[in-house]
Amino acid sequence: MQKSLQSFFDEMQLDMTAPDENRVRHIYAAYQDWLKDISHHQLESKRQEAELLFRRVGITFNVYGEEDGSERLIPFDVIPRLISATEWSKLSAGAIQRVRALNMFLHDIYHGQEIIKAGIVPTSILANSQYRPEMFGVDVPNQIYAHIAGIDLVRTSESQFYVLEDNLRTPSGVSYMLEDRKMMMRLFPDLFRRYPIAPVDHYPQVLLKNLRAVAQIGVHDPVVVLLSPGAYNSAYFEHAFIAQQMGIELVEGQDLFVRNNAVYMRTTQGPQRVDVIYRRIDDDYIDPLVFNADSMLGVPGLLSVYRNGGVTLANAVGTGVADDKATYIYVPEMIKFYLGEEPLLENVPTYQLSKEDELQYTLEHLHELVVKEVQGSGGYGMLVGPAATKKEIEEFRLRILSKPSNYIAQPTLALSTCPTLVEAGIAPRHVDLRPFVLSGKTVTLVPGALCRVALKEGSLVVNSSQGGGTKDTWVLESDLLAPTDLTPKNVQKVAGHAVGETELNTQKQVKNAKAESVC
Amino acid sequence: MLSRTADHLYWMARYIERAENMGRVLEVTYSMSLVPNAAESEAALWLPALEISGNVDEYEAEYGDINAANVIHYLAMDPNNPSSIYTALRNARENARAVRVAMTSETWENINALWIEFQQFNGQDLAKNGLREFCDWVKARSHLFRGVCFGTMLRDDAFSFVRLGTFIERADNTARLLDVKYHLLLPEQEEVGGAVDYYEWSAVLRSVSAFQAYQKIFSDTIVPWRVAELLVLRRDMPRSLHACLDEISPILDQLSGSRHTECRRLSGELHARLRYGKMQDIFQQGLHEFLSDFIDSNNILGAEIQRAFLSINPS
Repeated sequence: MQKSLQSFFDEMQLDMTAPDENRVRHIYAAYQDWLKDISHHQLESKRQEAELLFRRVGITFNVYGEEDGSERLIPFDVIPRLISATEWSKLSAGAIQRVRALNMFLHDIYHGQEIIKAGIVPTSILANSQYRPEMFGVDVPNQIYAHIAGIDLVRTSESQFYVLEDNLRTPSGVSYMLEDRKMMMRLFPDLFRRYPIAPVDHYPQVLLKNLRAVAQIGVHDPVVVLLSPGAYNSAYFEHAFIAQQMGIELVEGQDLFVRNNAVYMRTTQGPQRVDVIYRRIDDDYIDPLVFNADSMLGVPGLLSVYRNGGVTLANAVGTGVADDKATYIYVPEMIKFYLGEEPLLENVPTYQLSKEDELQYTLEHLHELVVKEVQGSGGYGMLVGPAATKKEIEEFRLRILSKPSNYIAQPTLALSTCPTLVEAGIAPRHVDLRPFVLSGKTVTLVPGALCRVALKEGSLVVNSSQGGGTKDTWVLESDLLAPTDLTPKNVQKVAGHAVGETELNTQKQVKNAKAESVC
Repeated sequence: MLSRTADHLYWMARYIERAENMGRVLEVTYSMSLVPNAAESEAALWLPALEISGNVDEYEAEYGDINAANVIHYLAMDPNNPSSIYTALRNARENARAVRVAMTSETWENINALWIEFQQFNGQDLAKNGLREFCDWVKARSHLFRGVCFGTMLRDDAFSFVRLGTFIERADNTARLLDVKYHLLLPEQEEVGGAVDYYEWSAVLRSVSAFQAYQKIFSDTIVPWRVAELLVLRRDMPRSLHACLDEISPILDQLSGSRHTECRRLSGELHARLRYGKMQDIFQQGLHEFLSDFIDSNNILGAEIQRAFLSINPS
């Protein structure tokens, strides 16, 4: 049985039937206050304005498997998701901790393999198809493998967040974090006066600084490029956007060539040396001489230059072994092993179907579990038990049985919901959160994230390829700033006054609070 | 800059210019059709529009008879016609999309908006109504494109390749237009400067926005050889061949730097021909011969630009 939406944790807890002081979680109080004067029609026209602007700017993506290669917009929701400063400090510390450990794991697994010797991770990990023996013994600058990591988080209660998965290959979506923010500032400038929202637009600068920092030793003024599969890739807009924001060349495989242990790009003034490649092409396609020989996207000979230290790739080749769903279960142990710390963020309990008893359990409980392909991504190849038909479950059962080690299973999480504008009005929809952790000289993340929302009622799949949308994520710089001082007494007083005065009050509080945050 | 980026920018500008010129040809031909007895038949009136696009055979294979409705559809909206406005605008936008990083966001958004706006004409029967508005729109969008490039782009190589594309394409189009019209309007037996319909020649002028310029410069009746002079040798006439080479030559000098490139030499030679040429000599040689020679040279120039800058091989 599917739970009714009311039984999920809601980010805003908008309950119009409750008394004023209980209506919303405190960080949403000012938003709720603002929202009550806005009609559905006004919100809807803002949404349409956003859609028009997005289309004009060309923030579109292509869907795999659609014949006409038509461009679609990722639906944008005008209601933001708010994260309190307290929540954020916990989440960001946890994400940084995780990425530090994952980078150390990657270095280890391609060098001494101490974690295997210690018996924490089984030897079978070396047989994983994402493990690249070509990388064994190769030293990468600063021992950073995952320069850009997207950590997918979900929430199930006020205090409980889980890491759903780590994305360490070519994580995408950061352009939506940046563009959604720009859009919100354009559509609702008054809300930005009410809330101390941490800015995110310096992300490209941080990334560029990091990428320059991982050039090979001795390179003075490194040339950084972004390698994209090209205009027909589903994430092309993002590649173009980030390259433009960083002021670097957006190149395709055909623009690069290898000569004398170096990579060059073809320019109108002749060949130019390239030092760092932020690549948005998977390992399999990056060098037809080593990996997929049919790839037209890659650069022949690139891997050999890379292995010899002639160029830096970000992310490194072979990171897939660490974000594989079969490796995921060992991450908390990695954190203890490499850092000697307790994990700050929890994993979702996971069943490994390669183990006989866990396979048996899973097969008996398919209707209540989520089953995922170990190497699947983008929401393809997964079964959401509670939402699946009998027929779908039986079909999936056969797929599992044909190769159990290809799958893992997890309990169906009660993903939190966030109020979302839908046709009928404002309704709760399930959300997740993907902050982007950047590693260079230091490990950091900008205070923001991609928030994906499953627009279909009851759906738990937030991927854009499966009809998901995005929301702007507002990380608050200080929780004191949020009008938490709207004590029940104040609220009642305010409620009795004209709207103009309410606004004035709130602005004053924000202003005061802003002054605090500067100190 | 990346050769591929330069290539996309150059072709983006060429396609926009191509769309504009096709719009001009359609508009003028349509105006002519409103003048009583302008041509002996509908087919005779619309044939030159096809000839300018260089696709008469393909048209006939696809549509058969030449009539206004079909020619308008073929030249404006047919996705299978490589020279249609539809194809030109689609290619312009595809090229822009591939290198949106290399241009200002205003430039990109302008071209993207152009393609979105274009959809409103899709499926409309332009021959019945709306052709004038459509052509005006195409011209206006092309003006806007040049304006946004000129007004927002850094004066670097990217800008140079955009300008280069515009003027290589424009030179080709002006030469074709003049050649076809001259051929058609002046049968071989007729003497140059003979009695030719005023409307026909004023239409030629209007198609390149040169009608008022002609009046201003010559303040006299419209005679064919002066029209030719205006469109070939006058450097102050923005769509003339000379004006195009005035733009192309310095750009190639600057892009080549200290390198010797064949495209630079060729453009210098063409430029000199227009700069120091005399209309009298051109007519003696035969305007048609001169123009076809120019079109060939301009094509070679395009190929040499491609070779020197846009498709560089490592070895």
